[in-house]
Amino acid sequence: MSDAAVTERRAAIRASFAVGLAVAAYGVSFGALSVASGLDIWQTCFLSLIMFSGGSQFAVIGILATGGAAAGGAAIASGALLGTRNALYALRVAPFIGGPWPKKVLAAHWTIDETTAVSTAQKTLVGQRAGFWWTGAIIYIGWNLTTLIGALIGDLLGDVSQYGLDAAAAAAFLGLLWPRLRQLQPVVVAIGAAVVAAVLIPFVPAGIPVLAAAVVAVVVGLTNWLGRRP
Amino acid sequence: MTIWQTIILAAIAVFALKLAGYLVPPALVEKPTPARIANLLTVALLAALIVVQTVGGQQGLVLDARVPALIVAAGLLAIRAPFIVVVAAAAVVAALIRLWT
Repeated sequence: MSDAAVTERRAAIRASFAVGLAVAAYGVSFGALSVASGLDIWQTCFLSLIMFSGGSQFAVIGILATGGAAAGGAAIASGALLGTRNALYALRVAPFIGGPWPKKVLAAHWTIDETTAVSTAQKTLVGQRAGFWWTGAIIYIGWNLTTLIGALIGDLLGDVSQYGLDAAAAAAFLGLLWPRLRQLQPVVVAIGAAVVAAVLIPFVPAGIPVLAAAVVAVVVGLTNWLGRRP
Repeated sequence: MTIWQTIILAAIAVFALKLAGYLVPPALVEKPTPARIANLLTVALLAALIVVQTVGGQQGLVLDARVPALIVAAGLLAIRAPFIVVVAAAAVVAALIRLWT
């Protein structure tokens, strides 16, 4: 490897650690909230190990928390809809993820907001690959360890912790939404979706207000209302 | 549906979407409209989840300690506080209000 490539690789790995450690830390909040939502420790860890996509995981436990097992269908649909962006991330990173199929399957599993952000920010192929795999590994290990810790803490605290955990879940969603509100179009969609959900809450079963709000995104997305013209 | 069935099916769906991006030829999907809808879907679902989690109750809308907690969270996000601080602060604010009222 040339000197320049070594430098690129080091820079990518540094970025991986910076992003990875920050993100892995909030697995604690997922673990604790998941247990408070009625899932057991195994189910909580299953989600972090197998689903491995923060937004979708929070959505699934959020809907199960309000609707219980009866809201299973809505929980699956919300988790899947929030996971659609991972398919687009995969399209962006696929060109520089080489190798045999088992490697691609692992890459698919690790294709999330952070691995895409770090890898696509690198300029060279060496940096992009290093950024993707290092960020993926750090977050996968960190997210699962902290999920387990959070689940154990939540289990230990039991009912006492529930006094504020519902508010913590709302704050977690707000924290995931915040960085996406830099332009007018997403802000309008967020407000529209919030209104739709609030209006429907008294009239429909748990989980449905969230799915109905997705229609706002589809309508604005199709018409590109208030969006930048290509 | 049981909790286990729900989380297994949801996990399969999320993984299938990730894998799909590696299987589909990029030219087919890299058009601006599907990309825009996917990004806006994330925004819409998160916004709706915030509302449900903040004012949702067993019977309709409920205004309680969660609302001020979310306002505190928004204030902390505005001054770029770390995610874990925001989440913990919201829990503490809601817990304290419930303790004192």
